[in-house]
Amino acid sequence: MTEATVPGTGTDAGPRLGARYAMPSGWRVATLVDARAESRTARTLVLDVPDWPGHLAGQHLDLRLTAPDGYTAERSYSIASAASGTAPSVRVEITVQRVPGGEVSGYLTDAFAVGDAIEVRGPVGGWFVWSPVHDAGRPVLLAAGGSGVVPLVSMLRTRRDAGDRTPFRLVYSVRRPEDRLYVDELARRAEDGLEANVAFTRAAPLDARRAPGRLTLAELGAWGWPADIEPACFVCGPTGFVEAVSRTLVALGHDPACVKTERFGPAVD
Amino acid sequence: MSTLTPGFQGRPRPQGVALPPGQYVEAGFPVLSAGPTPRVDTNTWRLDVVTESGDTRSWTWPDLMALPQDEPTVDIHCVTRWSKFGTTWRGVSLDTLLADVESTADFAMIGSYGGYTTNVPVAELLGGKAWVVHTFDGAPLHPVHGGPARLLVPGLYFWKSAKWVNRITLLPMDEQGFWERLGYHDLGDPWREQRYQGD
Ligand SMILES: Cc1cc2nc3c(=O)[nH]c(=O)nc-3n(C[C@H](O)[C@H](O)[C@H](O)COP(=O)(O)OP(=O)(O)OC[C@H]3O[C@@H](n4cnc5c(N)ncnc54)[C@H](O)[C@@H]3O)c2cc1C
Repeated sequence: MTEATVPGTGTDAGPRLGARYAMPSGWRVATLVDARAESRTARTLVLDVPDWPGHLAGQHLDLRLTAPDGYTAERSYSIASAASGTAPSVRVEITVQRVPGGEVSGYLTDAFAVGDAIEVRGPVGGWFVWSPVHDAGRPVLLAAGGSGVVPLVSMLRTRRDAGDRTPFRLVYSVRRPEDRLYVDELARRAEDGLEANVAFTRAAPLDARRAPGRLTLAELGAWGWPADIEPACFVCGPTGFVEAVSRTLVALGHDPACVKTERFGPAVD
Repeated sequence: MSTLTPGFQGRPRPQGVALPPGQYVEAGFPVLSAGPTPRVDTNTWRLDVVTESGDTRSWTWPDLMALPQDEPTVDIHCVTRWSKFGTTWRGVSLDTLLADVESTADFAMIGSYGGYTTNVPVAELLGGKAWVVHTFDGAPLHPVHGGPARLLVPGLYFWKSAKWVNRITLLPMDEQGFWERLGYHDLGDPWREQRYQGD
């Protein structure tokens, strides 16, 4: 694998020009510098990555884990932190949801300790991205299933950091109240004008105004934007969720070209 | 270098199977696409092959079904790191489709319903290496997996096996398709781990 040649020097304000289409660089050794529980079964990892080339909101990184016998496993994780520029050392946050029986997620949520090293490659992906420079002004619908909220939170953080006022709405589907991620932060984002609605599919809190169940077409219609104003839609989560929601958005009249999707895995909720 | 990921053991390693570097074995059939799944009606379905001189040959759904059918059983490898062994398909070999097409092109751009494109060298499409398939595991290919018909090029990472295929444009020079412009590799050989541009 080749190292990317990074044009320009030092730190600059935004992601470097061309980050959208740049090749991901080679593997770098990152260190876990902080970690916190994001829910009972999810953990946010703060990685110190040397020579991070900068990223856009919505991109992901690849992690490579190495066992004592040299065996390696690689997985992708969306970047939760706000978009950043090139820097000699940047803290990049990801949030890992423990998957029962999972080879990698269980290690990252339970065993990987502050001070430990891990290989990181990225950022990766230039399609599922939102940038206050290119995309400001056009209303945005974020639709998340489970841990699919991670790259969408990066978009919200990027919007906040840029002082951008683009109207954002979030529709967030989780199984149970205790599965929600970033609960306090999403409540705070309401102060910056985020309109958020949560749908619980298996068990709802006592004060919920709807019975547990999947998102309906009527709810997506009411909680999203009218198709006529051509909002940018970002749909992320398990495959079943992404299929159902993106199909419903098209049925509601949204142009398929305005519906960007990121599918996390085979699980169907 | 300090020890990486101390305490990581991983799963028992698969024995006696050919797994490309960085891949793991998946029993299910995950889905990767950039947008909503297009629904394509076989009554209006068409496959066009366009040569570098602009000549076009077209097949309708009944045309495709009337051609000799193959039943390849192949391993597939997705750039998101899952591999699936022994998948069974039914469809038409590109050797059959391209047999009478007059062209000296070395490259092809595959186009799909929904606007998705991907570039593949012609050498990876001929010689029993690629098919247009319409049946998976004995059943009509589901739209989520590219139905009614997708390209199948098992020798390359699976994004090259374009879903909802409807056009093969032959080109004298390589050009980049949708994912390739976004940083994914022009060839995408899983055995050489060509995931991204520059690998
Ligand atoms: C672009 C991209 C971004 C991603 N971002 C995130 C992220 O921000 N946070 C995050 O937690 N995960 C994310 N994922 C999923 C992540 O890469 C892993 O697939 C996940 O952590 C499971 O890995 P594992 O090794 O624990 O499970 P594996 O050992 O690979 O799988 C164990 C079992 O769980 C099933 N499974 C695999 N993935 C999932 C899943 N996502 N949900 C439910 N069941 C699953 C498998 O089919 C298998 O049966 C992302 C995936 C992609 C492709």
